[in-house]
Amino acid sequence: MGNGMQSTIQGRVFKFGDNVNSDIIIAGRYLIYIEPEELAKHAFEMLGEGFPAKLREYDILVAGRNFGCGSAREQASTAIKGLGIKAVVAASFARTFYRNAINDGLTIVECPEVYAAVKEGDSISIALADGKIAHAGQEYSFPQIPPSVRKILELGGLANYLKANATTTGGA
Amino acid sequence: MGMTIAEKILATKSGATRVSPGEIVDAYPDVVMSHTATWRSVSVMKRIGATKLYDPERLAIVLDHISPAKTEKYAKDQQTSRNFAREYGIRKFYDVDAGIAHLVLMENGHIKPGDLVVGTDSHCTIYGALGALGTGIGYTEVTSVWVTGKLWMKVPTTLKFILDGKFAPGVSAKDLMLALIGKLGADGAGYKSVEFYGDALPDMSVSERMTMANLAMEMGSKCVFVPPDAKTADYLRGRLQDFSKYQPVYADADAVYEQEIKVNLADLEPMVACPHQVENTKPIGEVVGTKIDQAFLGSCANGKYEDLAVAARILAGRRVNPGVRLLVTPGSKQIMLEAMKSGILQTLIESGALVTNPGCSACAGDGGTMADGEVSLSTANRNFVGRMGSNKSSIYLSSPATLAASAIKGAIADPREFF
Ligand code: SF4
Repeated sequence: MGNGMQSTIQGRVFKFGDNVNSDIIIAGRYLIYIEPEELAKHAFEMLGEGFPAKLREYDILVAGRNFGCGSAREQASTAIKGLGIKAVVAASFARTFYRNAINDGLTIVECPEVYAAVKEGDSISIALADGKIAHAGQEYSFPQIPPSVRKILELGGLANYLKANATTTGGA
Repeated sequence: MGMTIAEKILATKSGATRVSPGEIVDAYPDVVMSHTATWRSVSVMKRIGATKLYDPERLAIVLDHISPAKTEKYAKDQQTSRNFAREYGIRKFYDVDAGIAHLVLMENGHIKPGDLVVGTDSHCTIYGALGALGTGIGYTEVTSVWVTGKLWMKVPTTLKFILDGKFAPGVSAKDLMLALIGKLGADGAGYKSVEFYGDALPDMSVSERMTMANLAMEMGSKCVFVPPDAKTADYLRGRLQDFSKYQPVYADADAVYEQEIKVNLADLEPMVACPHQVENTKPIGEVVGTKIDQAFLGSCANGKYEDLAVAARILAGRRVNPGVRLLVTPGSKQIMLEAMKSGILQTLIESGALVTNPGCSACAGDGGTMADGEVSLSTANRNFVGRMGSNKSSIYLSSPATLAASAIKGAIADPREFF
């Protein structure tokens, strides 16, 4: 397993609702940046005073349906990583966010049951290889990312994956 | 069992005879579009040490968001993109004068039925107006496609929308889409392909189809299709470099759909999406009288020639309310030129509009920035918090007709009284 993915991720959760769009995660005016640290300074600042600093106290984001909807901006997942967040668990993800997170090496898990069960500040533990999340004595299963795609996440993102496969790229 | 359009295109582009929903394939896109984000993909290319493209002919680059450059940083990033295009001999390169990438690519014949198109923009679904599978990806993934020629794609399930009847005067494709998004929600078509059918389609213009395929993204669609017909062929004749490549892909008669949704266009009324979610739609009657400070006519959703023409028809001989700033951004240079020749620009300017250069403009937060507490009505596709300036401003979305009527009244107005 590479540097991008730990087999177990645990920590305290911050909880969002449904349809958190990528403009809220990082506003268009900050797309001039691509560095995680720079983006993290402005992540979720739309939510008002105290953000994004508050989120740095948490390890895992939990959200409702359609997390990351809207713009295809990759900086949404980069910004979350920059905050030191280790994983996002949502009832469902918008497809561009889902792809971007994998390509950025940010762990994402689809699990509506966990969204329903947790509240802000709770601790959860995600066992990636087993596809299980533990919370308050309960265990929840989640669908595994397809093996071919998991390789990207395991290497810490698509750029690393491409570098590692450099001999096979370059094409015509 | 037959295949839907998305299944057929993904099968062809991944070299399979058939694919089914849920399957993951390695697909080779025909076009990989990057807009203002291009410099980011160039930086990834440097980072991974790649120096060769899979096929430079598949790349299309359009500098549309924040154009021309408004700070040195943007200028430098655009320079990076320009230099990259020159160095790698990218022939489909369009600079800051061209307009919004989506419209520029279609106008210039770079998109044809059956194509697989990926790009650094969620509204790539718009290419389905011409029967192509378009979908958005991030900039790192664009680099990956540049270099390897391919990307993994999951075969989606498909929803079928059947449109019958005719719009009442003053009601348009934008109202249809806002009604659908309101009904199905921001993820109502999440991960899914959408196909449009019905008696209403043959009468709908390519411009209306673009609005539909564009807005369908706001219910989470992965891709959208209006099956090509005579109107599609008319649009592409003279635009495609080689019209013999016009080979529409249709769904099989026994293709399997997840759900069928019927809409009678005659039942629809003008709709408005209220702050700060597109799914927060209301019939015009519930928001009439809401005061506006700015009206923005533009974007890939509704900055096309027909959209400008509808607004001009309403504004002709009338004045924009003194309390309102009306910004008009033609979607592309071609649209602007056409609107100039036909007199539409003159009509708009005489009515009090400020016409800007083509591109994304206020839709990308470039110009038309709003102050705290201000309200904008916009023909774009998103009304998220802070998208057009202050986090304390708000955006309503509507059709061009509703926008023009509202600009005259100074508050959200029902366009039907002008028809
Ligand atoms: S016009 Fe608006 S929605 Fe369309 S590509 Fe530009 S910024 Fe995106």
